[in-house]
Amino acid sequence: MANLSELEPGTLPPEAGALRDEVREFLAGASFTPRCDSWLTGADPAFSRALGERGWLGMTLPERYGGHGRSPLERFVVIEELLAAGAPVGAHWIADRQTGPSILANGTEEQKRRFLPAIARGECFFGIGMSEPDSGSDLASVRTRAERADGGWTLRGTKVWTSGAHLAHAILVLARSEPLDAGDRHAGLSQFIVALPDERVAIRPIRGLSGEHHFNEVVFDGTFVPDAMVLGRPGDGWRQVTAELAYERSGPERLLSTFMLIRLLHGRAADTADPAARRTVGRLMARLWALRQASLAVAGALAAGGTPDVPAALVKDLGTRFENEVVDAVREHAGVEPDPGSPDPLARALAQAVVQAPGFTLRGGTNEILRGIVARGLGVR
Amino acid sequence: MGLLEETARDILSGPDPWPALEEAGLASVGVPEDAGGSGGTLADAAVLLRASGRHGASVPLAETGWLAGRLLAAAGLPVPRGPLTAAAGNGAFEAVRDGDGWVLTGTLRRVPWARSAHRVAVVADGRQVVVADPALATITPGENVAGEPRDEVTFDGVRAERAAPSPVDAAGLRRWGALARAVQLTGAMRGALDLAVRYAGEREQFGRPIGRFQAVQQMLAELAGEAAVADVAVRAAVRAPDDEVAVAAAKANASRAAGRAAAIAHQVHGAIGVTQEHGLRRFTLRLWSWREEYGDETTWADVLGGRPGDPWATLTGR
Ligand SMILES: Cc1cc2nc3c(=O)[nH]c(=O)nc-3n(C[C@H](O)[C@H](O)[C@H](O)COP(=O)(O)OP(=O)(O)OC[C@H]3O[C@@H](n4cnc5c(N)ncnc54)[C@H](O)[C@@H]3O)c2cc1C
Repeated sequence: MANLSELEPGTLPPEAGALRDEVREFLAGASFTPRCDSWLTGADPAFSRALGERGWLGMTLPERYGGHGRSPLERFVVIEELLAAGAPVGAHWIADRQTGPSILANGTEEQKRRFLPAIARGECFFGIGMSEPDSGSDLASVRTRAERADGGWTLRGTKVWTSGAHLAHAILVLARSEPLDAGDRHAGLSQFIVALPDERVAIRPIRGLSGEHHFNEVVFDGTFVPDAMVLGRPGDGWRQVTAELAYERSGPERLLSTFMLIRLLHGRAADTADPAARRTVGRLMARLWALRQASLAVAGALAAGGTPDVPAALVKDLGTRFENEVVDAVREHAGVEPDPGSPDPLARALAQAVVQAPGFTLRGGTNEILRGIVARGLGVR
Repeated sequence: MGLLEETARDILSGPDPWPALEEAGLASVGVPEDAGGSGGTLADAAVLLRASGRHGASVPLAETGWLAGRLLAAAGLPVPRGPLTAAAGNGAFEAVRDGDGWVLTGTLRRVPWARSAHRVAVVADGRQVVVADPALATITPGENVAGEPRDEVTFDGVRAERAAPSPVDAAGLRRWGALARAVQLTGAMRGALDLAVRYAGEREQFGRPIGRFQAVQQMLAELAGEAAVADVAVRAAVRAPDDEVAVAAAKANASRAAGRAAAIAHQVHGAIGVTQEHGLRRFTLRLWSWREEYGDETTWADVLGGRPGDPWATLTGR
């Protein structure tokens, strides 16, 4: 718990201002329709490649692997600008955020050369193959099996909720590679890179609440994975996914999924000179300002080589609840019904937000699980 | 924990901390030495202020150094010894030029610690700081829910002891006060969290510590989250004390978090927590007081929401 008070504010590097301006200039000239939750539900491979050309993917990866050797805080600036603008960043999001860094940390030279430059160009998208029908919060219970085969492994099992698998060039799969040891459930798990398409991998859409397609069921039916595509050490999968989750938690995407609503309400309040709406905008801005400082502080701690698991968990808990709070606060003043087909951007954004909101506090570890992590940090668990 | 924080803790958790703070030169940290202060940065002053909140100390620390001390120093006036306080003179208060001095008339409301302050520094209309001895005024005692003095001070033609053009107007002084109270709020939230965590480990029901119940764990995690986010946001604002957005957001968020933090701390403590003899009140009563002082979350939300321009530009300062 002592570590909580030591969360120092993150400081953006001096270059950040110019970088921010560059991203804004690029966004002003780009053509896309802004949307809420664009990092999950706004995929546009061409847009991803355009970002790659600007050097805004794989920013923190070393130059020898096609990356740009920039600091995590510079990346923070770029992604928060993209998110605030509602830009379609969903296609590359997972590869850029977590798979790239994970391959850099755990991968072989061959894996790094094969995947990292492509990720940085926006030409290689990844899916996260963790959750299964019977394994959600209790991730260590995954049943997908990896069996030894000649020169590699054979995978059998089913992953679900695999975001973007239908666009992905590969999936990073967590599977049990040794029989379950009841005394140490975290042992015997491994991560496998499965390149797509593969005739023994079936990818089927799982439709979201409004029929939209962003996640999938992925069935591995005797899929062969060569030894060269095992990520890290066999049996070390648990440690690796846990580290991966640290990248996944508390980034600006855990605060900004509904930011568009604040911006749109602000515009409306100015047009109608509505003091109550302005007050609501101000209330939301204050909270967001504070949460952004916290997110930036965790990014700073990560950049400094720390392992701020507990702060990351609590920022994601408060941040994702804030994303939901925005929806209700804006609804109070919007004066329009959520309407996916409306010409009014606020009605449209509300429709997107209302439908995606339940996922905010589930994906990447539910808030109950996150609070459990914080409670452990407090020493009461 | 830094050395300053440790010294502060030792003093502030003692029975009568003010004389010890003065003796150690900690009452005017953040006020330049050549003006009569102890030197040090605003961040140093924040460490002390936060510690006073965390240890539930009843001291005019924000008023003496952070407000009056800095105000006088920035106005080029000497900073007197002893406890000080500061106030903004609004409509009901007037400083009128008289020869080479100023004459003070009218009432200042809810002035913190006025009854025990050695001097009060007032930012009067026309951006003038005037300094006077509160003993020359009529003081009607008042207090906040934590029992801290919030007095009414009435001058009836009292000559100011000193005066100079003020570095800030009344709104600026309110911003200084808001940041100070925000810092204190984060200390008090941390104090409440520490107590609640300790209590959850000690209190047993159904044959086990209540902290073993997941419902209690989830409440404590939320309290820790509010405390930690408010804290880092306020620290960021202390680094940018002249940035109106930073101060407004940090105070609004701390004021908002204070209510939630106090409610959870009480829920975890059960009935013992709502008694006068229990220490939790040292934190929660202050949380409920300080969240209002120098602007509550709604006041500061209006400031933020009323700013023209794209909210994202406002939030990122660019
Ligand atoms: C939009 C979206 C995208 C996703 N994308 C991916 C993806 O790309 N790849 C991937 O692998 N997964 C993905 N997921 C899955 C996500 O990681 C899981 O939803 C999450 O881990 C929870 O698992 P579950 O849905 O099975 O819920 P469960 O674990 O069954 O939980 C159901 C409820 O029980 C509660 N609960 C469970 N255990 C406890 C406990 N110990 N204490 C208290 N409460 C508990 C939970 O908090 C929740 O409220 C995605 C999910 C969503 C919503």
